[in-house]
Amino acid sequence: MSLSSNDVWVFIEQRSGKAADVSFELLCKSRKLAQVMGGKVKSVVIGHQVKELAEETFRYGADEALVIDHPALKQFRTLPYSKTLTTLVQQFTPRIVLFGATIIGRDLAPRVASATKSGLTADCTDLRIADVTYLRKEYKQLLLQIRPAFGGNIIATIITPDNPIQMATVREGVMEMHALENYQHGALTAIPYVPDPLDEIVEVIEQHREENHVNLKAAPIIVSGGYGMRTKENFRLIHELAHVLGGEVAGSRAAVDAGFIPHERQVGQTGVTVRPKLYIAVGISGAIQHRAGMQESNKIIAVNIDPDAPIFSISHYGIVGDAMEVLPRFIEVYKNKLK
Amino acid sequence: MYHSIVLVKQVPDTANITGNVMQEDGTVNRAKLPAVFNHEDKVALEIALQIKDTYGGTVSAITMGPPRASDILRECLYMGADRVYLISDRKFAGADTLATSYVLSEAIKKIGAFDFIFAGRQAIDGDTAQVGPQTAEKLQIPQITYVEEIRSVENRTVTAKRKIDGGFEIVRCTLPVLLTVVKDTAEPRSFKAKRVMAYKGARSLMEIEKLVEGNSLLSTDALVNEYESRSLFIRTLTMDDLKLDAVRCGVRGSPTKVYEVDSVVLSGGEHEHVEPTKAGIGKLIDKLIEDHILG
Repeated sequence: MSLSSNDVWVFIEQRSGKAADVSFELLCKSRKLAQVMGGKVKSVVIGHQVKELAEETFRYGADEALVIDHPALKQFRTLPYSKTLTTLVQQFTPRIVLFGATIIGRDLAPRVASATKSGLTADCTDLRIADVTYLRKEYKQLLLQIRPAFGGNIIATIITPDNPIQMATVREGVMEMHALENYQHGALTAIPYVPDPLDEIVEVIEQHREENHVNLKAAPIIVSGGYGMRTKENFRLIHELAHVLGGEVAGSRAAVDAGFIPHERQVGQTGVTVRPKLYIAVGISGAIQHRAGMQESNKIIAVNIDPDAPIFSISHYGIVGDAMEVLPRFIEVYKNKLK
Repeated sequence: MYHSIVLVKQVPDTANITGNVMQEDGTVNRAKLPAVFNHEDKVALEIALQIKDTYGGTVSAITMGPPRASDILRECLYMGADRVYLISDRKFAGADTLATSYVLSEAIKKIGAFDFIFAGRQAIDGDTAQVGPQTAEKLQIPQITYVEEIRSVENRTVTAKRKIDGGFEIVRCTLPVLLTVVKDTAEPRSFKAKRVMAYKGARSLMEIEKLVEGNSLLSTDALVNEYESRSLFIRTLTMDDLKLDAVRCGVRGSPTKVYEVDSVVLSGGEHEHVEPTKAGIGKLIDKLIEDHILG
């Protein structure tokens, strides 16, 4: 096994100069991982005019920042970004490289992993460092890459025991983001970039971005509907209850697939992770991928017609009943109490 | 005229997993599960067929899998694929995305020149979305992921609309290129009855070997020739055919390993039962107001 540092790298995703939240969340987590391994946290910032962004990474836990700043890198494009990151990884051999599991992350990370022949685990819901015995061999301080798998009936712990570099992608909101109160401005290393005509093979002709209409992560109260609501018409009750309580509307993946709500309102492993004061899950069975997105909510109320629905196992309050009867009752009683 | 290769995968129907199909090493005993054609790969095949309908050319579908994966290759023929390839060998088993993309890229190099490689964004068992990009990297070709629409193909250049975080972008790229598509990109066409009748007898090498077993009158080579002459041979590539480095295949070639698998154990749940009545709900709301959760 070749020597590599004990460093944890985080690819800092930026779009139009603004860092994606998930990158800061990963920095915070990396700090904890690096502490156990006795390594440093390095942020890797690729773009144009990103020095300020790089400085901000120290606030979230980076010890050092590697900055590759060039006009040709302003927009994310697979080939130049993956070539740059691959070269850096091969040069410095970090122990761990983390990416947000965003569209950019899922485009970039596999290519870098392939080029460096590293293991890559997607959509981790947890990351830990541990000593592991695997097939009768002992390994020290491996990265445990934890994720639900196979339809959500199992939690798999994946390891990369024999390769020097361990890579993983993590969805936004899974890790918590905390700005450090006391932090040092670390070293900012500028890495030169030499443009290559091959970088221009894929041309971005137009780009359209919409601001998210919804900020589920910031909502203190969330009323979330699942497949059990049966119709889009019925789902209006979810909207009504959310409106009355001053909360936001969300739903499970099944609800998104059924067209009840748009993807940006999906809570779960492949949606958003939330930790509101109050999460009301209505007609949601509670598959592990959904639970991964809301199980740390302060208070959880579940409404479901099935008394054996898994959602009840993580709820604080459970109401067994038909949502179409329970919700109107809830709304009426609440309105009366407020009078 | 464009030649497309489509990466397809047969996946266990993950809605139907039970404890007794898991093996000790943490991998699923896929042979025990009902197997289906990964939907996003079907969409990829549809896109390839649409390119062929519009511009002419050929469509080849390839899969790395156990012999049973021939089932989806036949479905590819029913949908309109010109050629299908099964890449199968015991030594490929247990592969993660790195090992899989190695085998696939070597198979593609053997199959020959192509303009497009299409793949579904991800498979419903691994859910990684990694094989497409990793195969592109090994072939040293560009990739366009999350393709929602192919706008045009001209002068060996493709213009496509792809999803990005918070919106979409239009990109243009010279061929050859690998594209991954999402489930809403197209509705896969249904099988044509004529093609089903024509190709339901298509067989891979392993299936032909099974026919020959215990039948002293038949020889594998003769039967393969027979199937080939009737365009019913599912070309089969094994490790020997591809001259692969064993160390890079299957479990051996997979840096990621499943260390532990825990069934999700649902605890009895210490939740408070609330009666679905006005009184019960009223008490709950009182408590929430008291706790300053509701106001």
